[in-house]
Formats: sequence, C-alpha cells, structure tokens
Amino acid sequence: MLSEFSWAGASAQLTEILLAVLLAPLLLGWVNQCRAWLQNKSGPGVLRPYLMLRKLMAKDAVVAHGASPLFRTAPYIVFGCMVLAVAIVPTLGTDLPYAPAADAIALVGILALARVFISLAAMDIGTAFGTLGARREMMIGFLAEPALLIVLFTASLISQSTSLATTVETLSHRELAIYPSLAFAGVAFTMVSLAENARIPVDNPATHLELTMIHEAMVLEYSGRHLALIEWAASLKLFVYSCVGIALFFPFGIAQGGDAAGLLLALPTLAFKLAIGGFLLAVIETLSAKMRIFRAPEFLGTAFMLAVLALLLHALLET
Amino acid sequence: MSVTPLAAALAIAAAWLAIAAIGVCAPHALRFVAKVLYPLGALAGLALAATALVAISQPPDETVLPLGLPDLPFHFRIDALSAFFLLILGSVTAGVSVFAAGYLRPGEGTLPGVQCLWYHLFLASMALVLLANDAYAFMVTWETMAVSSFFLVTSDHRIAEIRRAGYLYLLIAHVGAIAILMCFGVLHGFGDYTFASIRQVELTPFWATVAFLLALFGFGAKAGIVPLHVWLPEAHPAAPSPVSALMSAVMLKTAIYGMLRVTFDLLHTQIWWWGVLALAIGLLTALFGVVFSAVQSDMKRLLAWSSIENIGFIVVGFGLGVTFAAYKMYGLAALALTAMLYHCLNHAYFKSLLFLATGAVLHATKERGLGKLGGLIHRMPWVAWLALVGALAIAGMPPLNGFVSEWLLLQAFLFTPNLPDSYLNMLVPVAAAAIALAAALSAYVMVKFYGVVFLGQPREEKLAQAHDAGILERIGLVWLAAGCVAFGVLPVQVITLLDFVTGPMLGTNLSKATGATHWLFLAPISAERASYSPALVLVGLAVLTGLAWLAVRRFYHGRVRRAPPWDCGYPLLNARMQDTAEGFGQPVRQVFEPFFRMTRELPSAFDAAPRYRVTVEDHLWYWCYLPVARLVDRLTGFVTLLQRGRISVYLLYSFGTLLVLLFLVR
Repeated sequence: MLSEFSWAGASAQLTEILLAVLLAPLLLGWVNQCRAWLQNKSGPGVLRPYLMLRKLMAKDAVVAHGASPLFRTAPYIVFGCMVLAVAIVPTLGTDLPYAPAADAIALVGILALARVFISLAAMDIGTAFGTLGARREMMIGFLAEPALLIVLFTASLISQSTSLATTVETLSHRELAIYPSLAFAGVAFTMVSLAENARIPVDNPATHLELTMIHEAMVLEYSGRHLALIEWAASLKLFVYSCVGIALFFPFGIAQGGDAAGLLLALPTLAFKLAIGGFLLAVIETLSAKMRIFRAPEFLGTAFMLAVLALLLHALLET
Repeated sequence: MSVTPLAAALAIAAAWLAIAAIGVCAPHALRFVAKVLYPLGALAGLALAATALVAISQPPDETVLPLGLPDLPFHFRIDALSAFFLLILGSVTAGVSVFAAGYLRPGEGTLPGVQCLWYHLFLASMALVLLANDAYAFMVTWETMAVSSFFLVTSDHRIAEIRRAGYLYLLIAHVGAIAILMCFGVLHGFGDYTFASIRQVELTPFWATVAFLLALFGFGAKAGIVPLHVWLPEAHPAAPSPVSALMSAVMLKTAIYGMLRVTFDLLHTQIWWWGVLALAIGLLTALFGVVFSAVQSDMKRLLAWSSIENIGFIVVGFGLGVTFAAYKMYGLAALALTAMLYHCLNHAYFKSLLFLATGAVLHATKERGLGKLGGLIHRMPWVAWLALVGALAIAGMPPLNGFVSEWLLLQAFLFTPNLPDSYLNMLVPVAAAAIALAAALSAYVMVKFYGVVFLGQPREEKLAQAHDAGILERIGLVWLAAGCVAFGVLPVQVITLLDFVTGPMLGTNLSKATGATHWLFLAPISAERASYSPALVLVGLAVLTGLAWLAVRRFYHGRVRRAPPWDCGYPLLNARMQDTAEGFGQPVRQVFEPFFRMTRELPSAFDAAPRYRVTVEDHLWYWCYLPVARLVDRLTGFVTLLQRGRISVYLLYSFGTLLVLLFLVR
C-alpha cells in the first residue's frame, strides 16, 4: 500500500480533492435551502454560498489595527488544513495515494490544528468577542475531540486499522450483521458533528446576537477574502464530517480500487447520500433549539459516554 | 588509542565539574561567567549528545573509578538506555546553556559565579546519575542532583515564597530518595550493591513487588506523579527560567530513567498489575495536571502543571509497556515503550523551549502574571514565533513532535484488546478515552497560554517597552524549536534510535517486531493497520496553503485596508477589557469543578471598594499533606518532652544510657 503509486490513482485523488473543494459550498447551500423550506420560507437558493464567496473575494480585506501576521495567515492555514483533511477521507473511492500519510487519528489532529489556528487568530486583535469566541470554541473542541476519537477507535477496532481507506474497505465488505457498537458510535458521531460544525443545538450559524455566538464571534474581525476562505473552510469541514460519517456508517457504494467506472458510479451515490444527510441536518436544526453554552458540556458529555459505551460494547459483544 | 564513549561521557561530566569550580573562583565576573563558561558548558552538552549518539548503538561498556569510600569505588556503565537519556541531557543542555549565556543579568538572585557552580554541578550530577552502575554511586549523584537543584531553585532566596518552595522541594525529594534507597536495599538481596550483582539476584514475586512499588514511589516523587506532585508547581516556577527548563526537561526524565532501569533491567520479571497501577496513576496525573494548568494565571506555573500532565503521559506509556511485557507480548511492549521514550525526548524539547520563552518574556516585561501581559508578538517577534512552534508541539498538533508520541501511544492503546485478561480488555480502552481528553485539553491550555501572552493588545502600558531576546537567547530557542520540528517530521529516524533502547530491555524492538520500515512512513504495526507520514503532511499543508494564497492573489487581489477593530458602537474599549487568563480558565473551572478546591470572594452590590477574587487550590494538599504534616507536628511534640534544654537532664540521659548498655553487655 505504501509503495504502490500510480498516476491513475494520483489523478483520481486530485479529481476528488478538486470536486470536494468546488462542491462543498453546494452542500452548505443545500442545508440552508432545506432549512428555509422546513421553516416555510422560500430560501436563498442552493447557489447562495458561491455568490457570497465571490462577493467577499472581490471586496477589500479590512484588517484591524494591531493585527499580527498570524491573523492574516490563519485563514490560509485553516483552508489548507481542511483541504488536506478532504484528501485523507475516502469520498468517491478508497484508492487514495495520499491517504497513507495520515490516518484517522492524524485526521483528528489536522482538524484540531485548524481549530487552534482560528482560535489564536481570534485572540490576536484583542477584543472581548474574539477571545470569548476562542475560549468557547476551544471548550467545544476539548469536549468533542475525545468523543470523535473514541468513535474512530470503535470503527478501527472493528476493521483492525486506523487507516480510513482500509476501514471503509472492511466495513463495506462485512456481512449484514448488526454491530450494536456502530449504532451507538453513530449517534455519538452525529452529536459531535453538530457541535464541531457550529450547528444548532450547540451554536447557531445564522445568529449575530453577540452573546450566543461561538464561531461567528471568532471570525467577527475577518472580512473580504479572509472571511471568504474561512467560510469556504467551514463548508469543507461540514463536507469532511459528512464524508467521514458516510465512510464509517454507510460505506456502501464507495468505489474499491481505482477503476474509473466505479468512481463514476460512486459520484451519484455520494451526492445522494450527502443530499439525504444535509436534509436530516436541516431537520435536526429545525426541530431543536439552541442550548445555553454550559449545557454544551452535558450534550457533548453524553456523546462521549455513548462513544465509550460503543467501545465497551465492541469489547463485550463483538470480539 | 581510541576514546571509548564511556570515557568521553565521564570526561564531559568532569568538564562540567571543572566549569563549576572555575565559576566559583570568579563569583562576581558576570561577563566571564556568562560569555565564556556557559557557552563552554553548552559545547560540552553538544559533545555529550554526540557521544551518546555513538554509544547508543554500541554494546554496553563499564568501568570502575577509584573514587568514593575505600571499599566502595564508583562503578559506571553506559548502555543504550542511559545513552538515550544522555542524548536528551546533552542536546537540551546545549540549547539551554546558550540561552542562559544571554539570559544572565547583573543583580539577580545569587552571584553569577555561584549560580554557575550549582548549574554545572546539576548538569554533571544528572550525567553521572545516568551513568552510575552501583547503588552507592547512584544515590550519591542522585542526592547531589537534588541538592544542587535546591540551590538553583532558591536563587532568589530573599523571597519567602521561594524559600518555602525550595523547602517543600527538598523535603519531597528526600522522602523519595529514602524510598529509592530502600528499593535498592530490597533489590540487592545479600550481594553487594553493584548493579551487576543486583541483576543476578532472583527475587520472589513478593519482594519484587515491594521493590517495584518503592521504585514507583521514590522515582515518582521526583517525576511529580499525583499525589507526589505538590512540589513541582511551586519549585519549577521559582527557579530562574533556564533552570526551570532543565528541571522540567531533563531532571524529571532521570526519574523516568530510574523507573525503567529498575523495572526492565534490575528486575527480571514484571507482574501485570504493576503496569495497571502505573497506568492508573499516569492517567490521574495527566488529567490532574492538564486541568490545573488550564486554570493557572502565572505563566510558569501553567507550564509546570503542564509538565505534570506530560509526565502522566509518559507514565501511562510505561504502565502499558509493563503490562504488555508481563504478558510476554514484547512487540506491543516495544510499541508502548517507544511511545513513552519518544515523549520523553519531545517533552524535553518543547517544554524547555517554552520555559525559556517565558524567561525572555519575564526579562523583557518583569511580569509573569498572565493578566498583565499580552500583545508581545509585536514587540518580541522572535520569541513569539518560536514559542508558537513549542505551543503547537505541546498541544499535539501534526506535523510537530508532540503528535508523534501521542499517535504512537494511542496506537498502543488500540492493541490492548489482545490482552488475555477480559476485564483489562474492557477497562483499557476507557483509559484511551481519558488520554484523548487530556490531549484535547492540552490544546486548550496552549491556546490560553499563547493567546494571552503573545496575542491581543498589551494589557499594561509598560509592555510597549518590551524588547526582543538577544542573539544568544535566540540561538538557544531556535535550536530547541528546530528539534521540535525535526523530531516531528522524521519519526522513523528517531525510532531507529529508540530501537537500540527497547531492544536490550525487551529482547525485541519495534522495527524487529513489525518487520519492515519505510523511511518516509511511520507504520509501527503494518502499513494496512496504520501509517502516518508527518513529512508528507507538512508538505501537503505547505503546498495547499501556498496554493490557496497564490490562487487568491492571482484571481482576486491582495488589497488590505486598516481600520479600528469592531467595538459594537461602544467607543471606550481598552486593553483591560480583553478576556483575562482567569476568564479563559472559566469553562474548565466549571466543567471540572470537582477537581478544584475553590474559594470565591464576590462583593455585594453596595461595596464601595469591590473585590473579585477566586482562588483555586489542590484538594490533595488538604487531604494528603496537611494531615501528615499535622501528625508529624504532633509526634515531634512528644520529642520535645525529652528535649528539656537543661544540661543536667541531658547528662542524666547519657548516664541512663550508659547504665542500660552496661547492663546489656554484662
């Protein structure tokens, strides 16, 4: 696996990354549109995020006095981290020449790196909101990250591998036995994803009420192309989490090996799964209310406990 | 005749002793001490690192020096285990001593020459602890290390708080030393005290357990495992920053070295529950350390608590290794011990880097409270950017070094379901969850540390006068930061070194146990199972970030407009309205409330001079230490009954003793 390098694999990998980068805002647009429909609104259209990105890119970047170079580099690093994460996660096929560079644990590390950078950038200006956002974001981070790791651990114990590509290959080849551990892990993963992607009930991506913001408070000082990159990175993050969820819990239809026909067939499957997933996310967001910030530890503590339970169930029942 | 590594290592220790002696001859000559003696010490450190690199792949070598008591000469030996720790000592010292050369200032604490004496004595004694091959030499050098570091901690002995910290440190160091002494007493059976004859002794499981527990206690006291950690957050911040760096980076590791030496070299068999005990203690230590470091508001105390956390990680790896070794799963034991040794190396680098950075901040601002710092990235860019490397490394961010050892440790945890004991199988993954929590919290702590010190706006007027570190200080910082990057990007090469260490301890090593290695990919078990290539991650990250930047420039523009930050329409914002360190610690205080003993002081609505105060203390101090202290106090009360302070009474005692003795020998 390490030494097999093929130009076909590399070009497939590049295509997948490009597709992901280009299509990630579409997923966000779809979720927003579904949410609007569920709230009996007509909605801004699924292409809205692209128009937003274009508008922001064209504008001047307004940078606060006293911003250090860290503030201006952080958006690029965050964006780079998210694209790197996309390169590791099997989206269309499992033949990813770059994937051996980082496994599931490293994926968590790369996502954490992005979080640390954006939090540091938020503290850089020295306004109360930035630091408040950074502290809340890091709090969500330290609560969600262990739960995410344990979910990934459960999957890797089942597949005997922490490499996401191998995990997908094993999980999609298993007999249709029910893994109770995966059910618990799935619920935990959903909760973690909600928190990590700043969705209701932990954070509200549409809010601009200062006291309830987390993610928005952090990026309050960003504008122009920096903000565009951060928004783009956020949509990539949602895409990555969706694809990890699909890879772990619904891996059927992801192309094994690198044949072009399989990849072509995998594309509509992935689009279908993402559309369903996005719709479900909109349903969750519509049905639940945002909770107080110090309810978040309970929420994520539950996710953590569910994940640990999944791990224990695996140790008890499935070995 | 070629020089053997052992002779070279002993010569370097002697050179440090000589530097110490020269220093004390010129106690007031600051320029001479700082610009000649410390750089010489750094050179000796480099030489020691080179020697250790040579020695690590060679068979053990030993010698007897005609020093010490008439019938008790000092035995010295160098093998792969001691060579690895000598490598840490030498290479970290090279950075720290160069920094110290630029750091020393007139009129701070003890005289520069005296400081130089204790500093180099400390270095030499640490080297000799690692080289000692009999219990006698080990204890003598161990005590020298404790005493010299005590004098370094109390450099500013005019401050009562520092005297108190030094006293606590000395006390617990000696409680630990007694345990180590008793451990050697149990180990030596009835032979002599050389390690060679201790290795021959076959202990029953009971006595082996006693020896292990004594070693865990004794070395644990030095390493700062919970509940023996109370001295660490007092003593490490009290010392001058280069000394704090050395204590955290190297001295704590000598305790880890002792644990490994006793468990895997002097004892022949391991029992599985030893490992589980160490694992549990390590987990407790890691969680305790990180939770407390999140609520500190003094930057050096924050780092000291973070050292406790890292020692917890190391002890967890040690415990896992012992358990695997007890079940004869040597390949997995090699994985766990490799993770642990790797973390020893990593912690030595990033912690000394951060301690030195706080030293530079301390000199530039005369402040160590987080609440009075801020915005230093503008004034001290060198220190700030190098500290960023250290902070990211300690937070376990890929592709830096902290992540590699964390990754290896988690991989080791993923194998615990192979253990033959089904209860352990279920409990150990839960331990992995706790490790994941501690690792995530350490990122929180580092964002707090870095953000409050270096980012934001300066919280005090005087910070505008802060100056960046001098050239020597920069060299020291760059050296350590380069280590953090190199060990992060080239893990396979480091593990090739570690294989020499784990090999003799376990009979196998990571590369042998897994078969193949690849120069670019770290794949400790098999490539299908897990692989990680930090070099590729770094390249990928750099390429993608660069491409994003180029694309934005190419297709759009690079225009920037400067404006005041958004103030919500309230024009009177000032720097004091930024979030404080206490504020940043508040979520942790709330989420982990049972860990803390908190006292809050809140003013009522009608207070003319309102005071807000929250103090966070350690429960263990009240639960473990104060009762013991009270007990000792009461017992000494009985002793004072004998101590009447009149000479006639003492003569009566002597007379009585004489009578009793005469009666007995009759």
